Amino acid sequence: MQDILNQYVTVTEDAVKEWFRVGETTDFPENSGACIKYKSKQIAVYNFSRTGKWYATQNLCPHKMEMVLSLGMIGDKDDIPKVACPMHKKNFSLEDGRNLAGEDLKIATYPVKIEEGNVYIGF
Amino acid sequence: MKNIIVVGNGMVGYKFCEKFVEKAESKDFKITVFGEEPRPAYDRVHLSEFFENQDAKALEMAPAEWYGENGIDLVTNERVADINRTAKTITTAKDREFSYDYLVLATGSSPFVPPIKGVEKEGVFVYRTIEDLEGMLAYAAKLRELKPNARGAVLGGGLLGLEAGKAVMDMGLEPHIVEFAPKLMPRQLDSRSSQVLKLKLESIGLNIHLSKATNQILGDKYIIGMEFGEDDMLDVDMLVISAGIRPRDELGRACGLEVGVRGGIVVDNTMKTSDENIYAIGEIALYNQMIYGLVAPGYDMAAVAVEQIIGHTDTVMPADIDMSTKLKLIGVDVASFGEPFMPAAKGHSIIFENKTQHLYKRINVSLDGKSLLGGILVGDAADYNMLHQVYLNGMAIPEDPSQLILPASEGGSSFGSVLDLPDDAQVCSCESVSKGDICCSITEGDCTTFGDVVTKTKATSGCGGCKPMVTDLVNETLKSLGKEVKEVVCEHFNFSRQELYDLIKINKVPNYQEALDLFGEGHGCETCKPLVASIFATITMETANRQPTIQDTNDRFLANIQRNGTYSVVPRVAGGEITPQQLIVIGEVAKKYDLYTKITGGQRIDLFGAQIHELPLIWKELIDAGFESGHAYGKSLRTVKSCVGSTWCRYGMHESVTFAIDIENRYRGLRSPHKLKGGVSGCIRECAEARGKDFGLIAVDGGWNLYVCGNGGATPKHAVLLAEQLDDETVVKYLDRFLMYYIRTAGPLVRTAPWLDKLEGGIDYLKQVVIEDSLGIAEELEQEMQGLVNRYECEWKEAIENPEMMKRFKHFVNSDDTDDNIEFVPMRGQKMPKQWV
Repeated sequence: MQDILNQYVTVTEDAVKEWFRVGETTDFPENSGACIKYKSKQIAVYNFSRTGKWYATQNLCPHKMEMVLSLGMIGDKDDIPKVACPMHKKNFSLEDGRNLAGEDLKIATYPVKIEEGNVYIGF
Repeated sequence: MKNIIVVGNGMVGYKFCEKFVEKAESKDFKITVFGEEPRPAYDRVHLSEFFENQDAKALEMAPAEWYGENGIDLVTNERVADINRTAKTITTAKDREFSYDYLVLATGSSPFVPPIKGVEKEGVFVYRTIEDLEGMLAYAAKLRELKPNARGAVLGGGLLGLEAGKAVMDMGLEPHIVEFAPKLMPRQLDSRSSQVLKLKLESIGLNIHLSKATNQILGDKYIIGMEFGEDDMLDVDMLVISAGIRPRDELGRACGLEVGVRGGIVVDNTMKTSDENIYAIGEIALYNQMIYGLVAPGYDMAAVAVEQIIGHTDTVMPADIDMSTKLKLIGVDVASFGEPFMPAAKGHSIIFENKTQHLYKRINVSLDGKSLLGGILVGDAADYNMLHQVYLNGMAIPEDPSQLILPASEGGSSFGSVLDLPDDAQVCSCESVSKGDICCSITEGDCTTFGDVVTKTKATSGCGGCKPMVTDLVNETLKSLGKEVKEVVCEHFNFSRQELYDLIKINKVPNYQEALDLFGEGHGCETCKPLVASIFATITMETANRQPTIQDTNDRFLANIQRNGTYSVVPRVAGGEITPQQLIVIGEVAKKYDLYTKITGGQRIDLFGAQIHELPLIWKELIDAGFESGHAYGKSLRTVKSCVGSTWCRYGMHESVTFAIDIENRYRGLRSPHKLKGGVSGCIRECAEARGKDFGLIAVDGGWNLYVCGNGGATPKHAVLLAEQLDDETVVKYLDRFLMYYIRTAGPLVRTAPWLDKLEGGIDYLKQVVIEDSLGIAEELEQEMQGLVNRYECEWKEAIENPEMMKRFKHFVNSDDTDDNIEFVPMRGQKMPKQWV
């Protein structure tokens, strides 16, 4: 399982090697997460339609190693966009992937861009 | 730089380090701590919690990194074997030598194992460390496999022994307590209170044997029983010895420090031993010819040793040490304070005893009736904190002192406000936090919440017993500053649930996003989204399909998410009545989709292990066969459990199954602040366990008795009688009113029992609202409920018939693949999720 976790490493916008198209914006529910597949990876994509912002992270919750983050409720805490894991409500920042309760858990984040109604994730 | 060596990394040894590094002077010292256990110091007081979660980390006083971050060298797994006082060095069991300027002995104690023949047998344990517990757990697991009714006994009915009894019970063994003395907790309780405690413990399943001297442990290789005398034996499969403690004074003894006759290293009021460079603190220190086996005096000793070493020599241990204790034993409050047993020459005792409710309260009052000297509380220790403060601070007591312990009449408690306490009243004795410290952190500091105060003062972070009093102090202080203490939903809505309910209803708000626009801010969160979803369901009976993204994950997918991200499926089986044909359908579906099946506690069948894309397929087959959603995933009505009643049972008074089905079908799909469960029993034998439910009906001569606000779970509570001898129609009328009133007014995730606890006026008030219609809203409540009942529809049927709604039952947006991380392993002819961590 550790191997599965290790394949998720944060990609910053300036280090993107490939922008991978994952669908149209309308394929993604508003104010919610959804899951996409890229090679062997599962990536959670979050559509904050109130502000038109998009985020992407690994779908794997590092707490109990479950592929569930895209199913979690999204929102914000002290203005930081976040997802709450549906299993035990661990909160993660969608900006940098850190655990918002200061626990030693972190998720990888990926850049998202929207062009002509299409959604791309940077790898 | 001077060297301090601390021998022993238990709670008190840790506390010494914590207090030391807080001092500015600590920079001139280097601390090295030796612990013989493999892990850093942990909270032994709450050891029995280890059984609930097996999480050793949660018990840690501080993580291992804390020591390094504070410049402390922590050496675990290495016992100190020798002290050389002349050279001022110690040698460890690994033969390493370290020199010290000051040596602090905090080696604590070890369990006393009486010299009984056969104590060395397998299956005999002591109760002290996490390793002891792990050994017991492994042994108990083995026993349970071999023997369905294995018994575990505890030798010793003291405080720790009863804790161990709970541990034995939690391990699934039949628990027995064997005590030499004629009463339980002989050091804290008098015989009458001990008798009350015994009755209470027996009522929850503990078997108690008093006045038993154990002669020998029976068995060849492993224990099979205990022998007390001729023909007096008890068959047991496991034994936990909890017969007191012995100070671990061997190090001090070997190097010639002065020790007591019955053990313990003699210290003066500066915690110094007979060697001026060696201190002893905690359960190893013999102070005033006493060993103090409580954590609070141990912490005080640590604080004194710290002050002495850095040169504040005025700080000494008081001559009188407060041995008051309050604890929850297996859910039973037990407390004693001051002088619990008082000779008649010193004062008068006032005793209140109610064996039917397992209550005992005793206070000892001075001869002139002006001051409180001590007391004992069993069964209900809610007043302990106040009584303890009155005792400690010598506060005035009422002219009729019995008011202090008699059940509160109209007008409530005779204590007045917590703010009346003197500023130096010690509220948290583990961390020595006074009332003044707590209040000042708010009035003069920048604390504005309970959490802030805890972070700032550390109050409540020890045993936690002072939590109710600290909460009161924080709230009262905030109020006195004119700050409103308001329970708001979360940072996105500055309203209580009830206010938000009214706002959404009056303004006819159509959806969550608009509610956020009108009354909230930000994007929302996992607290307010499902809460608002529940409010919409109450106002319009809308199903979870309409605003799926604000639902908790379970509601969003109309199934319960389980380990490894699969889901479980529960069709409604109203009242637990099911036809053979329906059983066959469930069986066929489970077989076809390879689902793990189990009977639930609510008399229905749960099918586990479905993947998200299979849910609609499974439900299509179930719905075609006439099933509907069981709402097992929602904060909503779950089941109405029933016994067979007068249709089959020779004792039955009424048709409990029929009525349970009617009621379950009436309230099916009803969303509420928390889950709702009901029960209907056909006679007072109560086989449906209706009094353990949010609402329960019991058939009696002349109708139904209606009970409300009970639950099982972590804090079990019996439902209380709302009305007697009702006909079917009146039951439904009262239930409509009760449920709707609860749904409207309860806070988020508050079940009916804690809701009633907080309802001002309690059950009497609820009776006035529901039965006498004191608020004039009964008709409105009934109409609202009838509206919801009329609008019910099965949300699974709705979902599978609507292609738009079906879109969400898919793992990937951009692929039809399924989640390839889901793996199962076989278990007893079925399957279970493969455990990753």
